[in-house]
Amino acid sequence: MTEDGAHSDLLDDLSASIPYIRFLGLVFERRGDEITALMPYKPDLIGNPLLPALHGGATGAFLEITGVAQLLSDTALADAARGELPDDYAPAMPRPIDITFDYLRSGKPRDTYARAIVQRRGRRVANVRIEAWQDARGKLIAAAHGNFLLGAAG
Amino acid sequence: MTDLEGRMTGGETTPDGEGVALTGLPHSAAMGMRLVSTGKGEATLMLPYSEALVGDVATGVLGGGAITALLDTCCGTAVFVAGDKGIASTATLDLRIDYMRPATPGRAVQAHAECYRVTRSVAFVRAVAWTETRDRPVATASAAFILERKPEKEKTA
Repeated sequence: MTEDGAHSDLLDDLSASIPYIRFLGLVFERRGDEITALMPYKPDLIGNPLLPALHGGATGAFLEITGVAQLLSDTALADAARGELPDDYAPAMPRPIDITFDYLRSGKPRDTYARAIVQRRGRRVANVRIEAWQDARGKLIAAAHGNFLLGAAG
Repeated sequence: MTDLEGRMTGGETTPDGEGVALTGLPHSAAMGMRLVSTGKGEATLMLPYSEALVGDVATGVLGGGAITALLDTCCGTAVFVAGDKGIASTATLDLRIDYMRPATPGRAVQAHAECYRVTRSVAFVRAVAWTETRDRPVATASAAFILERKPEKEKTA
């Protein structure tokens, strides 16, 4: 298996094997070292049926998981650069320490996208900013920034 | 029960124990969240453990996002029952979550929120989520909600 193959599988595995990611219906795409996450619209994501608007919790979870996916991808790319990844390659899941969500616009009942920017990645902690949008990349519906604990240490 | 509370639960009143499903909030309902009780500016919600919400297959711990969604819903509910009858609807402005420890696998997550200040435009809320006891939090939250007010009645001459 090529380095890139094992790495691509990692993101497919994420959507396939983690129940909560499947519950939200998230899909990840990688271009170079950048992950774009997609949350396809489904009625289960609605919080306010009168507007209607996406549930802030669904949008929040989407932002958080996008941060985790980008950090996992970065870990895999760095590990792959050091040598071929084994078929059962499974890096430790980054865990959120704290996150602040800013809700900027009401989430419409349509597909949502998100990307994460790793502002600093240390040995134990990574600081990440994540942005979500729908119709236009420049019109964010929500943004988040938070710290994630890397590796298995708790 | 307030209008808004009724809208969240589909009009069902809150019994003791397991609470009522939040049928008025499709995403919360899909997750299986239940409204356990409300007081003035206070709400208690419960999220039963569910395999579908697991974020770490190796441990069976629920996804952090599921706790975020529970705390967001709990905070919003506390705003609804804050006793301000002029509030027509509310939306989360910002929400900060601190994750203290993993939710114990197999156990329901409880959440309690307190709306401690309501201004004309904004409500401030804090909340805590736990699986074992409330003094061993899984996560705490601090949030601000923007308020949409009902149109004021025209003054009579």
